[in-house]
Amino acid sequence: MSILVNKKTKVVVQGITGGEGTFHTRQMIEYGTNVVAGVTPGKGGTLYNGNEKDRFAKSIPVFNTVSEAVTTTGADTSIVFVPAAFAADALMEAADAGVKLVVAITEGIPAADMVKVYNYLNQRGVRMIGPNCPGIITPGECKIGIMPGFIHMPGRVGLVSRSGTLTYEAVWQLTEREIGQSTCIGIGGDPVIGTRFIDAVKLFNEDKNTDAILMIGEIGGTAEEEAAEYIKKHVKKPVVGFIAGQTAPPGRRMGHAGAIISGGKGTAAEKFAAMKAAGIIVVDNPALLGETMARALRGMKKAKTSHRTTARPAARKSRTARKPKRRAK
Amino acid sequence: MKIHEYQGKEILKKYGVAVPVGHVAFSVDEAVRGAESIGGNVWVVKAQIHAGGRGKGGGVKLARSIDEVRDRASEILGMKLVTHQTGPEGRIVKRLLVEEGMNIARELYVGITLDRAVSQNVVMASTEGGVEIEKVAEETPERILKEYIDPASGFQQFQARRLCFGLGLTGDALKNGVKFLMALAKAYESTDASLAEINPLVITADGKVIALDAKMNFDDNALYRHADIVVMRDLDEEEPLEIEASKSNLNYIKLDGNVGCMVNGAGLAMSTMDIIKLAGGMPANFLDVGGGASAETVEAGFRIILKDPNVKAVLINIFGGIVRCDRVAIGVVQAARNVDVKIPIVVRLAGTNADLAAEILKNSGLQFLVAANFKEAAEKVTAAIAA
Repeated sequence: MSILVNKKTKVVVQGITGGEGTFHTRQMIEYGTNVVAGVTPGKGGTLYNGNEKDRFAKSIPVFNTVSEAVTTTGADTSIVFVPAAFAADALMEAADAGVKLVVAITEGIPAADMVKVYNYLNQRGVRMIGPNCPGIITPGECKIGIMPGFIHMPGRVGLVSRSGTLTYEAVWQLTEREIGQSTCIGIGGDPVIGTRFIDAVKLFNEDKNTDAILMIGEIGGTAEEEAAEYIKKHVKKPVVGFIAGQTAPPGRRMGHAGAIISGGKGTAAEKFAAMKAAGIIVVDNPALLGETMARALRGMKKAKTSHRTTARPAARKSRTARKPKRRAK
Repeated sequence: MKIHEYQGKEILKKYGVAVPVGHVAFSVDEAVRGAESIGGNVWVVKAQIHAGGRGKGGGVKLARSIDEVRDRASEILGMKLVTHQTGPEGRIVKRLLVEEGMNIARELYVGITLDRAVSQNVVMASTEGGVEIEKVAEETPERILKEYIDPASGFQQFQARRLCFGLGLTGDALKNGVKFLMALAKAYESTDASLAEINPLVITADGKVIALDAKMNFDDNALYRHADIVVMRDLDEEEPLEIEASKSNLNYIKLDGNVGCMVNGAGLAMSTMDIIKLAGGMPANFLDVGGGASAETVEAGFRIILKDPNVKAVLINIFGGIVRCDRVAIGVVQAARNVDVKIPIVVRLAGTNADLAAEILKNSGLQFLVAANFKEAAEKVTAAIAA
């Protein structure tokens, strides 16, 4: 009941021995992600089980190159924590090694580097999520990213967002209402990203275990409009949409390199209008994301009473999310 | 990062892009000396500020004698230049560019930027030079010719030729035009520019192709590999509070409202601004404290927010994922003590260790208004302002 990643996904961590890489590898292992390998050039042939601060529950074999890691362990997905100046190289190495999905967490990669990476990965048919993103999670199965696992709950709503903490906010609003998620993807706030809204929406639309989609956009670019056009033509599932940055002034970069209104284009008003025209249930108040989704699901239930829309009872053990035992950092 | 026109032209010249002969001047005397060394009998005196629309605002003047250069320079230097991009407060002109006058036959447009929809850089050209290109794009998109730069092989001669033929260039102008575009693309790619815009690009009566204006912006993420561009930063063109914030690694943008906000993450920060407005307030700033959100960053954030005299209340909205809410709470308490905040502070902390954080705020003895969720936070802060 997910897209792109599940409990079978075998993950290689690029930059595993760095501070960030170590911390998040521990978190991923504790969540249940099947981390099978790490890559740090020069540290190949060793087993790594974390540092003094963050100790892993199991030792992970470290390789000098991604291709060795893939050949030896069968890893099919890579997560990249490599610093910005070296990240483009790491992303292309992952694609060359034959993984099918690369999750790029790194923030601050030059756009010119990403233009080359995008082209390189495209030619090899490798999907990328990010960069400058929180990653992807299929609750209860697999977390490939830096999001706090405990706020999620397995279920049937797909979530796609350009942001980090705003995604957590949205997830939390769903989980608080016991609306579980099939998969949540943070696609990242940069101008050049691998997976766009339209790609994620397509996947959620085709996933028989996703009943509804929550799409959280931002000012800048036209990716939300592009997805709205697709939704209008192809998506029958309910879609709830929000755009951050209604109060943002033009010409200023609002944190994310991609969040900028330039030449009068990319405003929240334009994006909201495009979403409305596509039949998306638009919510202009970010505090009402969960509530609006709950309403959309109720409407769906009425229309099709036999269909299950919320999480199964078995998934309810994530109720501990309310009193988290696992603390991040 | 933005730079001045004269700096952009210096960079372009280095890559072989034809620009008018010119000199930067910080005083009237320098402007006069610049004009004298250029020679000729027509000069242009141009205000150097980062905002566009300088001509309409009276910041670009023609001079037909050295005396006129002196007069125009003294008029423009020190003036408060108001354009559609500066806002009503305008910008004080502190630098001038004095250039040779041109014998203009045609005014065209060329620009290079990243097309996000296809993740490639695009070279655009149009016969509609000298006007706002956004307007052309909207009203007559067919008048903008485009050539995409292949990420692997780069911009090719045939593409430059195709654009120049499309612009109707012939003879010397065609030859010079191709050379110009090749050099411009080289400059754009070599400097990690995010925009290289020549508007107008002029064709002179004798077939020269020259950048009459030049606007270059650079990718902030790539500045680490361009020390020569970083030194071109002009702090006079930036908001002082924003400069101070960047020293503390905070991402701060000053706005006109009265509710200061401090948030972790850009998307959540924008949403917090939005919800303040929906609750009837106006955000005073955008402030992303980033992933760290330590006591030090929170304190620095407080200091910057409170320097804005319009701020009547502060809303702190932190979603703890990796960052722990209890740590943030300790930071907030410590900062509020150190800074001696006299206005209402609404705090909303959710996520990791939110319950511990609530305890810390409650036991601090300080008068925080604690909000349980996002909506309540906005309501509390606008209520506090109304009171």
